[in-house]
Amino acid sequence: MNLLLQSRTLIPGAILTVIFAGAAIVSMFWVPYDTTVLDIANKIKSPSFAHPFGTDQFGRDILSMIMVGARTSIAVALVAVGIGMVAGVPLGLAAAARKGGLLDEFIMRMNDLVFAFPSLLIAVMITAVFGASALNAIIAIGIFNIPVFARLTRGAALSLWSRDYIMAARVAGKGSARISLEHILPNVSNLLIVQGTIQFSLGILAEAGLSYVGLGAQPPLASWGRMLADSQTMISFAPHLALFPGLAILLTVLGLNLLGDGLRDIFDPKLRRART
Amino acid sequence: MRLGKIGNGLFSVLALVASMGMAQAKSDIVVALQLEPPHLDPTSAAAGAIDSVLYSNVFEGLTRFGPDGSVNPGLAESWEISADGKTYTFHLRSGVKFHDGTDMTAEDVKFSLDRARDDDSANAQKALFAGIENVEVVDPQTVKVTLSAPAGNFLFNMAWGDAVIVAPESIENIKSNPVGTGAFKFSNWVQGDRIDLEKNTDYWGTPAKLDKATFKFISDPTAAFASVMAEDVNAFVSFPAPENLPQFDADPRFQVLVGSTEGETILSTNNKLPPLDNLKVRKAIAHAIDRQAIIDGAMFGYGTPIGTHFAPHNPDYVDLTGNSAYDPELSKELLAEAGYADGFTTTLKLPPPSYARRGGEIIAAQLRAVGIETEISNLEWAQWLEQVFKGKDYGLTIVSHTEPMDIGIYARPDYYFQYDKPEFQKLFEELTVESDTEKRSDLLKQAQTMISEDYVNGYLFQLAFPTVANAKIRGLWKDAPTQATDLTAVYWED
Repeated sequence: MNLLLQSRTLIPGAILTVIFAGAAIVSMFWVPYDTTVLDIANKIKSPSFAHPFGTDQFGRDILSMIMVGARTSIAVALVAVGIGMVAGVPLGLAAAARKGGLLDEFIMRMNDLVFAFPSLLIAVMITAVFGASALNAIIAIGIFNIPVFARLTRGAALSLWSRDYIMAARVAGKGSARISLEHILPNVSNLLIVQGTIQFSLGILAEAGLSYVGLGAQPPLASWGRMLADSQTMISFAPHLALFPGLAILLTVLGLNLLGDGLRDIFDPKLRRART
Repeated sequence: MRLGKIGNGLFSVLALVASMGMAQAKSDIVVALQLEPPHLDPTSAAAGAIDSVLYSNVFEGLTRFGPDGSVNPGLAESWEISADGKTYTFHLRSGVKFHDGTDMTAEDVKFSLDRARDDDSANAQKALFAGIENVEVVDPQTVKVTLSAPAGNFLFNMAWGDAVIVAPESIENIKSNPVGTGAFKFSNWVQGDRIDLEKNTDYWGTPAKLDKATFKFISDPTAAFASVMAEDVNAFVSFPAPENLPQFDADPRFQVLVGSTEGETILSTNNKLPPLDNLKVRKAIAHAIDRQAIIDGAMFGYGTPIGTHFAPHNPDYVDLTGNSAYDPELSKELLAEAGYADGFTTTLKLPPPSYARRGGEIIAAQLRAVGIETEISNLEWAQWLEQVFKGKDYGLTIVSHTEPMDIGIYARPDYYFQYDKPEFQKLFEELTVESDTEKRSDLLKQAQTMISEDYVNGYLFQLAFPTVANAKIRGLWKDAPTQATDLTAVYWED
């Protein structure tokens, strides 16, 4: 507990994250109003008791849209980070295990290749070629997560490979694959969690960006980015249409970044020492 | 001498005062449009954006559309029609000059018509000229056009932007430097930004009241709103965001004109793609659609419901909205009869305009209510033309057909909705050769009824034509009987 309180950012970050994750989970079972049913007669209503966040241009309840949108964002970002980790971490471990070898060169140069493109550009490219959908957005965001995790893992693993206990494991006859899995991976995992949180927030931003330009989740699936895009011509007379999805994106990304910072404070021993 | 000087001084002061008074009435205008033309030859492209800039301003035809859609004399002052309805003798106006200084004569008319109906012609509306058998120059001011069969709407056809008169001397560079006979001359085109026109001082008719006109191209609705609000543009023709119109209306700086267009906005249906090839399924779709909800939701109330592919302001229009009244229960029954009690899934491909994107979401929700699932994909215009219009790779799409009197597209079996019905094709053939007004009206009504009862497409609404302009501008067209932004009569009120 003392450890948790050492970080000033962890608690607020965790609270914000839990709120939005909670909204997303609740939306799977219950939302105040069905977001796939339109009610044109009740369009663009200001916030009221029946609709706390008001209704949008099709008469849908904005609170319900935000909840379903949270699910979309979180699902896309979560799976995308998953893809990045599942593909990137083994690549990084393998590269570190064969440092300076042909495999290391190959993996890292491929990473550089992906890194060389601006990440959103890759996403736009992929969705333009394969069609716009939430699934393609996931793949697109996932792909540019791979080199992030591969580099991070390789860098951290390299410093571990020179440790004595790794040498001991090697002398004991363990192969590099086994050492990577049993000794390296557990010791880089906290770094991965921190980076995963940051990538998660970037994934949410990327999904919102793609949806904003129409390349992310397609209607009727609610998405924060598309809510923003749809409401921008109405901002002068119905600002709440853009305000709530905008706040949702802002607070979620802020929350995840605070959480990530907080986790780093706890996991990174060097920083901890520096503070005390 | 001394007195003379004072006199001169007085005169110049007076002149100054007078010119200050004059300066209040502006003589230039900046008009914004949504789409930029791909090039500037109205006779070789389907793009309506070309006519939006050039029709009547730069190019003129033998006849021309008035603001109410009537067909008026253009370059032809008068004409005679032979008793058999096959020969039209046009008497051209004298003293008409192209902007490059050459005379407009019967030779130019023959050149323009022959070029448009040539086998290699790139004209987008070749059907307008299909009936022409021969064009003969009688003398420099007279042209005789012989048709293979009487055509009731020949004068109407000659008023289209695709039938304007061009000169052989300037045809080579027409796409970048259009030379016409109109009240404005083309002066400059900054691609991606604007086209400048200036007054043609040698115009044959009533000269334009403006000295300079600039067309700017702004397709993004948010940017459109900002440009009008900041008064960067003096008028926005076909304003893209209907939701902003009440705000402009309430602002004394602006006037809002909401007119009608020839744009039948329809849920185009691929009549050859199962299960949409089944009449009962198409009928079920028609009854599942609540038009008023679409007009209110997508167009914020601007639009007139239609029940067939015909403009409601046309005297021959038949109100067939009853054929496809909103009745989801009937729709479900029809689906069950057709063997799709559990519904089906099809594609809904939407081009960029807000009527399509928003209308698409509403229609998707309405179809979902009767069990039809749609996969929505939003396409850019180029993709839409490639996949839907040319490739016919779609189930449903939403688009507004803005050409006037375009019911003839239903007689084309290779058209993208692939409605292939010999009865309709025969009916349309009869219509093409019929010149008796009453019989034409009757045939047009039959045609409207046939496509409505075959539920070829979902007929949604007639697109409204919203123009937002500075409150002091006069003479803009309220309606859009053809794609045009006729500035020849526009002026600033003091």
